[in-house]
Amino acid sequence: MSALLQACGVSKQYEAGAGLWGGRRVCALTGFSIEFDDERPSFVGLVGESGSGKTTACRLLLGFIHPTEGSVRYRERDLRSLDGETRMRFRREVQAVFQDPFETFNPFYRVNHCLAAAVRGFRLASSRREEAGLIEEALVATGLDPAEVLGRYPHELSGGQRQRVMVARALLVGPKLVIADEPVSMIDASLRASILAVCRSLYSRRGICFLYITHDLTTAGQVCESILVLYRGRTVEVGPADEVIGRPAHPYTQELIASIPDPEPGSGWLEGLREAPEEDDEETRCGCPYLTRCAQAERQCGRQVPPLFRTAGRSVAACWLCERFGKARDEEVRAAARACGKGGA
Amino acid sequence: MNSRVLEVRDLSVEYATDNGAVRAVQEASFSLCGGEWFGLVGESGCGKTTLLLALLRMIQPPGRIVSGSILLEGTDLLCLSVEQMRRMRLASISLIPQGAMNSLNPVMRVGAQIALAMREHGEHLSGRELNRKVSELFSLVGLPAGAEQCYPHELSGGMKQRVCIAAAISLRPRLVLADEPTSALDVVVQRRVMQTLKALQQSFGMTVLLVGHDIGLMAQTTDRIGVMYAGRIVEIGATREVLSSPLHPYTRLLRASVPSLHQRWEPEGIPGSPPSLREPPEGCLFRWRCPKRTETCDTRTPVLRQVSEGRSVACWQRSRGI
Repeated sequence: MSALLQACGVSKQYEAGAGLWGGRRVCALTGFSIEFDDERPSFVGLVGESGSGKTTACRLLLGFIHPTEGSVRYRERDLRSLDGETRMRFRREVQAVFQDPFETFNPFYRVNHCLAAAVRGFRLASSRREEAGLIEEALVATGLDPAEVLGRYPHELSGGQRQRVMVARALLVGPKLVIADEPVSMIDASLRASILAVCRSLYSRRGICFLYITHDLTTAGQVCESILVLYRGRTVEVGPADEVIGRPAHPYTQELIASIPDPEPGSGWLEGLREAPEEDDEETRCGCPYLTRCAQAERQCGRQVPPLFRTAGRSVAACWLCERFGKARDEEVRAAARACGKGGA
Repeated sequence: MNSRVLEVRDLSVEYATDNGAVRAVQEASFSLCGGEWFGLVGESGCGKTTLLLALLRMIQPPGRIVSGSILLEGTDLLCLSVEQMRRMRLASISLIPQGAMNSLNPVMRVGAQIALAMREHGEHLSGRELNRKVSELFSLVGLPAGAEQCYPHELSGGMKQRVCIAAAISLRPRLVLADEPTSALDVVVQRRVMQTLKALQQSFGMTVLLVGHDIGLMAQTTDRIGVMYAGRIVEIGATREVLSSPLHPYTRLLRASVPSLHQRWEPEGIPGSPPSLREPPEGCLFRWRCPKRTETCDTRTPVLRQVSEGRSVACWQRSRGI
């Protein structure tokens, strides 16, 4: 059994402000691990605030950029050294859906073009009729009416429709994993639910793995089986969605959850202002990256970056407060991220 | 009962286009009391921002205010001269814009920008006094000392939003309009900024009109809300009542489409999409998406009617008492 896509302790540094005298190195992502297995599909949420490294993780997993440390492996092979045929297969099995449904289309072509290009690129159909059949089937699967969408230009469709077409395009080539980077953040709340429902049904009916990258913990909690929380490029908590939201172990996850305004009025959201910086400067210190914002910080927290520890539940958390449960091994981290739902072992 | 600070009557705004007029706001009527926090929610393109800009008389051609009246403490803003209106802004009615990052001048220190605005809108103080006042404002909104000497790019998103809040409250206006002031911020920062705004509102007794699409944010911050759909206000009432027992089918669907963190819900959106506002037909504009459509809805436009104390709705179902 080999994992479909696996990242083991992957780090990425960017050269910032590279000028004549060289720049600073910015760690966008540090020690990131995740695993997807097509025999045991998972629906994972990757959650974090802006600048936490979500998009870097997405680009690494898609092979758009390569890690500074560690490797991303597709069926046991490093993404850097895929041969032509395997690369083609990787491109087919691992699909992406991006944030902006307004920019991913070429405005000069009808939407049919981007769908047909996918079919032809991978030589999925032997005739025009077969091609049309595949396209219609994919559109129907995402809740679109082919008659309403085909033959239209992107600007004639609503944001929600366009994003569904993007999901249909990903679906068309028979993916095993869909990596969706903020797929609904530019869409109205009333339409978000229906697009996520499509992803959810593709996961449970067709066994397609999903990585849902978002800053919105609420929707992640609704659709994901497991959640991975990033903070300043580091994984701070990973575990089954209900556990991460119901019993968050890391103080950052706790703050994140307390900050989400509940649609049920009167939960004291505006009370309890705590004096703490909203953002602090770049890492000039060692210690826990969350230190200056943490209400529960102890002396130890300033000395060393906490590794991922086991917690009282099934999640793992990078917090010294969990030290007593023992350090989590890399397999345990990846297992927590997989939180196998349907078809799990 | 508090005095009325703002009273808007039958306000309509349209944008002229080559293919006919787009009715962005139609016959909007509502009023705000002193010290209250009123929210205006709706999907994108429903006319929320246009309504706010109309209150400031900042609608640019090809847009224009077609009819209606805007009474701010008894003065009809639509009858003022351009110069009189300019003086009203910031002093009596101010705006916290959406996306603070784009509303500050990048080549001017943020403190100087606020000082300039204060002077332009009627603060007659010496330079030193004015600087002292700006420093005071900055500490009120929770910015660290010395932040007034920074350029916008040296501040984070949350801090820039605080600068915009400082500017908006600088002359202690009676009414502050906030257009999705925290939509570009992370949730943790959003909560802190809203907490600051609430504290300021309570200490100065300002009235706040908050526009946005985040129902959670509205539920936690506002006293009353109005729901907008396709340019019309379709429901108004106390936030708690509107969200717990919505009367308009649109409000009900909107509320149902919002996930809650602590309940796993079956994702359910609102079917269809909002209609075009270009020369809209007679009848209710929500009818194509409405589960309770009747024949009346096709032919006659429902207007906002009071159904109980402080509660109004624009739906034929309700006016017939069903």
